Amino acid sequence: MKYVISALVSNQAGVLSRISGLFARRGFNINSLAVGETEDAAVSRMTIIVDGDDYMVGQVEKQLNKQIDVIKVKRLEGITTQRELLLVKITAQAPQRREIIDITQITGAKIVDLSTGTMTLEICDRPDKIEIFLSLLEPYQIKEIARTGVIALEKGVHTIGKD
Amino acid sequence: MITGSQIIVKCLESEGVRVVFGYPGATVCPIYDSLIGSSVRHILVRQEQNAGHAANGYARVAGVPGVCMATSGPGATNLITALATAYMDSIPLVAITGQVSSDLLGRDVFQEADITGAAEPFTKYSYLVKSAEDLPRVFKEAFYIASTGRPGPVLIDIPVDVQQAKVRQFRYPEAVHLRGYKPTLRGHSGQVKRLAEAMRQAKTPLLCVGGGVIRSSAQEEVLALSRRCGIPIVSTLMGVGAIPTSHELYLGMIGMHGYSQANRAMPESDLLIIIGARVGDRAVSDPHSMERQSRIAHIDVDPAEIGKNVGTSIPIVGDARTILRQLLETDCCPVENRWPQLLPQLRHQPHFDEPEPGYINPKYFVRRLTERLPEDAIYVADVGQNQIWSAYNMVVKAKTCFLSSGGMGTMGYAIPAAMGARLADPTRQVIAACGDGSFQMSMNELASCLQAGVQLKVVVFTNRMLGMIREIQQNSYGGHIFGSSLEGSPDFMKLAEAYGIPARRLSDQNQLEEALEEFLSAPGCRLLEVAVDPEETSI
Repeated sequence: MKYVISALVSNQAGVLSRISGLFARRGFNINSLAVGETEDAAVSRMTIIVDGDDYMVGQVEKQLNKQIDVIKVKRLEGITTQRELLLVKITAQAPQRREIIDITQITGAKIVDLSTGTMTLEICDRPDKIEIFLSLLEPYQIKEIARTGVIALEKGVHTIGKD
Repeated sequence: MITGSQIIVKCLESEGVRVVFGYPGATVCPIYDSLIGSSVRHILVRQEQNAGHAANGYARVAGVPGVCMATSGPGATNLITALATAYMDSIPLVAITGQVSSDLLGRDVFQEADITGAAEPFTKYSYLVKSAEDLPRVFKEAFYIASTGRPGPVLIDIPVDVQQAKVRQFRYPEAVHLRGYKPTLRGHSGQVKRLAEAMRQAKTPLLCVGGGVIRSSAQEEVLALSRRCGIPIVSTLMGVGAIPTSHELYLGMIGMHGYSQANRAMPESDLLIIIGARVGDRAVSDPHSMERQSRIAHIDVDPAEIGKNVGTSIPIVGDARTILRQLLETDCCPVENRWPQLLPQLRHQPHFDEPEPGYINPKYFVRRLTERLPEDAIYVADVGQNQIWSAYNMVVKAKTCFLSSGGMGTMGYAIPAAMGARLADPTRQVIAACGDGSFQMSMNELASCLQAGVQLKVVVFTNRMLGMIREIQQNSYGGHIFGSSLEGSPDFMKLAEAYGIPARRLSDQNQLEEALEEFLSAPGCRLLEVAVDPEETSI
């Protein structure tokens, strides 16, 4: 099962290597890890997608909390807004372009680059929608993909600082 | 104006550091220069790893972080094993390493090593200091982090140009501000109540003490709880020394090398109260069967330890001493205690076999040696069969301190750690017990002891084998004894003579008492070689 963990961390040199080292060392299965600054410039927010059971995700939370640089850890269990940004470059000769434009329109993706033999598409959506989008592109040759990893916030008044 | 290295020394003085164990090199020369005339005493070791072990022994006796120092590159990498040893046993250390000049960082220059990166899995926290202005804050935080919560080693890596940089003034901070680090000390009152209630209902509650009881000085509280409620106590290897062997409800060490009465008490227990122990594999080989047999309460200052190795129904995060005091304020004694009926069936007294002629029974030796030691003696055991002979057979008195590398099992620990222990309290008798394998890993530190005027009593059990490996090969590898012979070892009498240390070889059990008398009563360093049968077993 996939769990979403959000962590606020001090914006220190070495914090990312400490945390990624911790995951590797303890054998935690991490699907994705996204980091960025928050409303407080001294603090970054990490969104970690963990694949595992309740024991494993509990261990991830505890080991994260143990880190000196980690200020707050929360397992996002309620209803959350999740987003991931994907860039995908596909082979697209002129005759195929129309079909691809249809897919982008239906899925809410955007065409961000076009060359004689390729198209680059952008989509920002829920992780499951992104998987659907990628499956729709399977008939075309995917040349490369870049994804940001999932970021998430709880819906409603809840924040990581307050339950 | 004041230089970075002068600030470093002032930080150490502000922390009340009395001793730094170190080994100089080019990138720590500014600090060495600033140490001249300081109240901080420098003890030169003969290899950097031993500076870490000496600081470890010092910390465990003094109850404050031990400080060690090494130069960049190999000096720093040599420290790693000592950091890992301290990390596994939760010993507070502050390790200072020199680093190449900041403008050369990352260019693989002479004696450059990414030590903060390399030591990351073995440190509680680490710093690479980029500016001399940061030094006071970094040192204040390092000592705070090392000594609070679950103690551990903190590394401060300082490029040589930062040590040489000039700063306007020195001001040591009074407080630390770490947003992500606020250790819990007091146990959650609701959980303490739950534990008290579970203890009242239990018929065979059992206390299992680990190193955390010693780190938090909770020995008195454990004894008080045991006496008041008639609850027996078992300990892990790291918990040896916490409870005097004379305590009638102390059953001894559990685990692979534990007492049978302690191991047999575990499944009899319907409520196991683990205090400051992490339930490592050597202590409990099958935690899942333990979970099925009894309810488990776990008291630990590190929340990440609770539920890691064993499922827990009553977790209590906090300082062991504080929580036990909270517990002692409640009505927590079992209404119906079944131990008085059970204990007589479990009791088992160790029996010492007569050794073959020409050998000493090492178990009997440890028993007699520790019986003769003063109340407050410090006994440092190395790693190998000697560690098990020591932990299993030693007599623990009210203020005995037992030190050993429990988690990491680092051979060569005893002599440097004993040196550190003796420097922490020169009034206490200090014994370092090694095998001939572990002795040869750090016998070079005898010179450090002599140079520093540290009086150690060194016991070397010799069987010209790596005894524990020989035992494993005998029992689990079809008796193929390979790579575990120590042929080629020196004559330890001549070696001691070369160091100017009076020594004696004991091989006749009839001379044991007289040899012990001489060994313990004579002043200064002494070495006693104890001839052991290579066939001798750990238990």
